[in-house]
Amino acid sequence: MEKVIEVKRLFAGFDGIEILSDVSFSASKGEVTAIIGGSGSGKTTILKHLLGLYDIQRGSVSVLGQDLSLLTEKEMNNLYLQMGVFYQDGALLNSLTVAENIALPLQQQSNLPDNLIEEIVRMKLGLVNLEEAYRLYPSQLSGGMLKRAALARAIAMDPPLLFCDEPGAGLDPVSLESLDHLIINLKNLLGMSIVIITHEVSSILRIANHIVYLDKGVVVFEGSTAEAIDSEITELNDFFSAILNNPYKTSRS
Amino acid sequence: MKYSRINTPGKVLQSGTVSCRLQDSILVISGSLRISGSAGFVKTIIKEIAHIETNVTAINIDELEDIDSAGVITLFYLKEKLTRKSREISIEGGNSTIRKKISLFAPDTTKKEETPAKPGLAETIGTGAHRFFKEYVFGFTVLAADVFYWSVADLFRKKSRRKGEFSKQALKIGANAAMIVVFMSFAIGLVLAVQSGGQLRTFGANIYIVDLTVIAIMSQMGPLITAILVAGRSGSSIAAEIATMKVTSELDALKTMGLDPVRFVVVPKLYAALFTLPFLIILANVAGIAGGAVAAYYNLDITPEIFFNRMGSIMKNKDLLTGFVKSQVYASIIVLTGSFYGFSVERGAEGVGRVTTHAVVVAISLVVLADSAMGLIFY
Ligand SMILES: Nc1ncnc2c1ncn2[C@@H]1O[C@H](COP(=O)(O)OP(=O)(O)O)[C@@H](O)[C@H]1O
Ligand SMILES: [Mg+2]
Repeated sequence: MEKVIEVKRLFAGFDGIEILSDVSFSASKGEVTAIIGGSGSGKTTILKHLLGLYDIQRGSVSVLGQDLSLLTEKEMNNLYLQMGVFYQDGALLNSLTVAENIALPLQQQSNLPDNLIEEIVRMKLGLVNLEEAYRLYPSQLSGGMLKRAALARAIAMDPPLLFCDEPGAGLDPVSLESLDHLIINLKNLLGMSIVIITHEVSSILRIANHIVYLDKGVVVFEGSTAEAIDSEITELNDFFSAILNNPYKTSRS
Repeated sequence: MKYSRINTPGKVLQSGTVSCRLQDSILVISGSLRISGSAGFVKTIIKEIAHIETNVTAINIDELEDIDSAGVITLFYLKEKLTRKSREISIEGGNSTIRKKISLFAPDTTKKEETPAKPGLAETIGTGAHRFFKEYVFGFTVLAADVFYWSVADLFRKKSRRKGEFSKQALKIGANAAMIVVFMSFAIGLVLAVQSGGQLRTFGANIYIVDLTVIAIMSQMGPLITAILVAGRSGSSIAAEIATMKVTSELDALKTMGLDPVRFVVVPKLYAALFTLPFLIILANVAGIAGGAVAAYYNLDITPEIFFNRMGSIMKNKDLLTGFVKSQVYASIIVLTGSFYGFSVERGAEGVGRVTTHAVVVAISLVVLADSAMGLIFY
């Protein structure tokens, strides 16, 4: 199957401390790939490498078939047009309203007239159930609302490739479920390839096709969701059972 | 030959990947209606619709191959535009995937109540020679080059410029500082004249208070006080704003949306500072001289009339010019220093406070240094 992401033997560190050791994995087109692992295991660090926000020190990262370390700034910007990103802390621009935040990529990257953009923004807010936040500033939103607004911005352009860093954290179960449905819809209807970092086992079981399990900067498992559930790997078992009290399998540790 | 309208039989309107034609009273859309092609299509079709006399009763999308969310909105927009009087137009046909996308992305017609907007107040207050050169001198130079590049490039690229940001910043950096600049300059002009007035009186050289005040204020104090106040207000808030944006990944988000943070955040502030500082300096000069005139009147019995008559013969065009040059130099220093420290923040909120403090101290120091240098040059 066509790969949208291929990471090979990636190492990374800050101030001499190694954060990622020999990370390799891939994500296929049209699938939901979940990167899971404890906090501090290096998930966000991987994401920032995938986005070209960190220089690659060792190893290689290719996104949508392009090796990031070979791209010029202009080529990188063209690649960005095909990606939507949901950042862990939302990263909405505080100086703009929620609507202006979502309109920003549309204004910058399309020639659509303003009134159409406004309609698109309303629709995207509707998709995440946040119509009421249209004129609010990010500082006026609750944590869960911020997450949904950030997601609306990430999907503003219907990007072929969507990255989400813990979109479900802090959401109530109902919002979480509708978020999962949205992700499934985006995948099925628009053929989006989605890379999602998450802790929510229920979400993972609902939406993920492919799982990459990270432990202290090392990939200890990569495979399909079914394989992950059946895996003999202790850490992975613990992960599934710790949160869900795994009905599929009892923990061995 | 006359250009044929869409209501000419057999006419097919083509725009990018989309085409449409009018079949009896049904608008048939075919091809691929996606965000990249929607803009052109909408503009073309809306122009045409104005000329259709017959009522369109439906939009048929049987021949539509692909649609995305912006396409769905475009479709509904079209539907609304075509709806005349109370006749509802339907969107008919389309394969099952397209229908599903339409139902997922259909605009919400029952718009909810909106809470009125309130402005978000997100303002935080905030070794070694080799390293010094590598991190500071080099980093600062790179930033300055980047800012310079974008501030020129921005003039020629209208498209993705931030609307309204210049005036917002001009208000924040310039207009909001006017009050304090006026008060401070007035006070300094007043005190300066009172203190030197005593000396002049002992020599019976009262009238020279005018020369002294005007020269001191226009060539030194006015520009300097303004720059120090703006450095304190805006240098710190620029650093805090950018640093906050960095620690909350807002700068990363800008980059991955294909927007350059320097252009998006720094350039409007630079323009605003370059534009407003000259006016602030003029205000400072006027207020400072007025302060001097008040002191001269009460202390040395020099009436305003005498004061302003003499003033006219002392003021030179050169002073206005140097004031302007200084304003541009100070504006650049303040915005660049604030931005540089903002971008240099490490992780965490405590980093924001630290770089904010550094930004103010360094900006004020650089302003004073530049003032000394220019004082010697323009002497
Ligand atoms: N910019 C940075 N500078 C120094 N250390 C960092 C930086 N970013 C992340 N780290 C460290 O790297 C490790 C992994 O962080 P992160 O990728 O954010 O973890 P996760 O997203 O899995 O919770 C943590 O120990 C964190 O402290
Ligand atoms: Mg993280």
